Amino acid sequence: MTQPILALKDIHKAFGGVVAIENFSLDLYPGEIVALVGDNGAGKSTLIKIVSGVYKPTSGSIRLDGEDTSFSDASGAREAGIEVVYQDLALADQQPVYMNMFLGRELTKGPFGLLDKRKMMDDTQSLVDELDVRIPSSRATIRDLSGGQRQGIAIARATHWASKLILLDEPTAALGVAETARVEELVLSLRERNIAILIVSHSLDQVFRLSNRICVLRRGKQIGVRETEKTDKNEIIAMITGLQT
Amino acid sequence: MSPTAIFRKYELQNYIVYLGFIAIFLFFAVTLHDAGFTSTRNLTNIILQTAPATIMAIGLVFALSAGEIDLSFGSAVAVSALSAAVVMQILPMPLAILAGLGAGLAIGAFNGILVAWLRLPSFLVTLATLGLFAGVARTMTDLRSIPVTNSAFTGFFGSGELLGIPSLVWWTIIGVAVGHVVYRHTRFGAHVLATGDNARAAQVSGIKVPRVRFLVLTICGGCAGLAGLLYAGRLQAAKYTLGESDLMIVIAAVIVGGTALNGGKGSIIGALIGSLLMGMLNNGLILMGLQVSDQMIVRGLIILIAVAASLRDTSR
Repeated sequence: MTQPILALKDIHKAFGGVVAIENFSLDLYPGEIVALVGDNGAGKSTLIKIVSGVYKPTSGSIRLDGEDTSFSDASGAREAGIEVVYQDLALADQQPVYMNMFLGRELTKGPFGLLDKRKMMDDTQSLVDELDVRIPSSRATIRDLSGGQRQGIAIARATHWASKLILLDEPTAALGVAETARVEELVLSLRERNIAILIVSHSLDQVFRLSNRICVLRRGKQIGVRETEKTDKNEIIAMITGLQT
Repeated sequence: MSPTAIFRKYELQNYIVYLGFIAIFLFFAVTLHDAGFTSTRNLTNIILQTAPATIMAIGLVFALSAGEIDLSFGSAVAVSALSAAVVMQILPMPLAILAGLGAGLAIGAFNGILVAWLRLPSFLVTLATLGLFAGVARTMTDLRSIPVTNSAFTGFFGSGELLGIPSLVWWTIIGVAVGHVVYRHTRFGAHVLATGDNARAAQVSGIKVPRVRFLVLTICGGCAGLAGLLYAGRLQAAKYTLGESDLMIVIAAVIVGGTALNGGKGSIIGALIGSLLMGMLNNGLILMGLQVSDQMIVRGLIILIAVAASLRDTSR
């Protein structure tokens, strides 16, 4: 088996005396989609924030491509090739698509460090074409786009910058049925890019449509990891709730 | 298509300042032709008189675009002009320029620190420093006016000319050009817009949001400092009243020029046109022979209409 892109081992996170995550271990391999499921307060967001560098684990190790890593902040994780797509998008609404694609990482040219708008537009256009995100133009303003198009842009941005891992935090929570289907297609197409994807979703249907493996959390404890093909919704629901069905 | 739809489709609110400018210009050109509105001298005068307001407007575009506001620049203008005038009486002229600009920058940085790192709302911070530095300006010289007699200084910042173009016009051109390039064509400008548009998105994208907030307010102070030097140069004196009446005019110029009050959108060129529009309005109303009180009423109403027209689209 190939080496995992991301290996979390015995991750433990406590806020004061409150334990948020206990002994969490998970390996993510290139080209696979792993779903993280659990009830509200199970620790999914905490885990996402640990992986994206927002929180430091109290103990445990994070290995990226086999090397021990510790992120000082979200920028550190981003530089290491980990991108997050947030539920509420994190797009600047009044700016054009191409500026959002390069937000905080704008391309410049020349001795005065002026923005290279042409190249940012061209790169954006070829990326959205490649991923088949249908938008009128890379110069379009974000707020003129539909929810699905916006999420498409957010995912395209993550794809452009992520060399290792994309974290998707409820990527379709705010979307309609057709838009959700479109975003799911996009997520599936990312598997070919040899990066790992960790998705948090409340929709078990979606989890079963997208993921290769499912990891269940309950009250900060890792209940288990199942291969999607070898499990069913009843088992996962039982694991999430702790009740037999 | 309904008029509203047409309005939106072609983003007419972006051009309203130009349409308003042309409309008001034509109105005055026709009605005040005999009063000399269209004479070269009068038109040049309008530009010369608006130079300080234009410079202040450039700073304010940065602050508003980043989602902040500066109300204190009027007081910073007075403190800067007085600092330069006082220093000039005892030290060489270049040090007076540094003192004037430095005073403005320091006031801006003071606002910036309170807003960026103590997370106090810029509206309240700058409302307080508006009063605070108005008081400082009054105490600096005990309300006295300080003459500025250094001819190199008054030439450079006031009555001088280069290549047949008045120095105040040069300052306007340079200020607008530099402001526009920084605003539209640098990473800093992009970060200002992103911060005002969606501070959280900017933050998670690695933009140092507090630094942006600090810098835009410092820029406002620096612009006020330059405006103070321009006033001192043109009027050949510095007084605590300088900049006092510019607050409404500069904010109106910037808003009419297409800069959003709540951040994320703006235009330096628009602010220039807005500032010229305000200057033209001022000039035209005086030539019409209106009393000061009537001028205030008419100007207030016109600003209200102009601002309403330029804000139409933000309710969306």
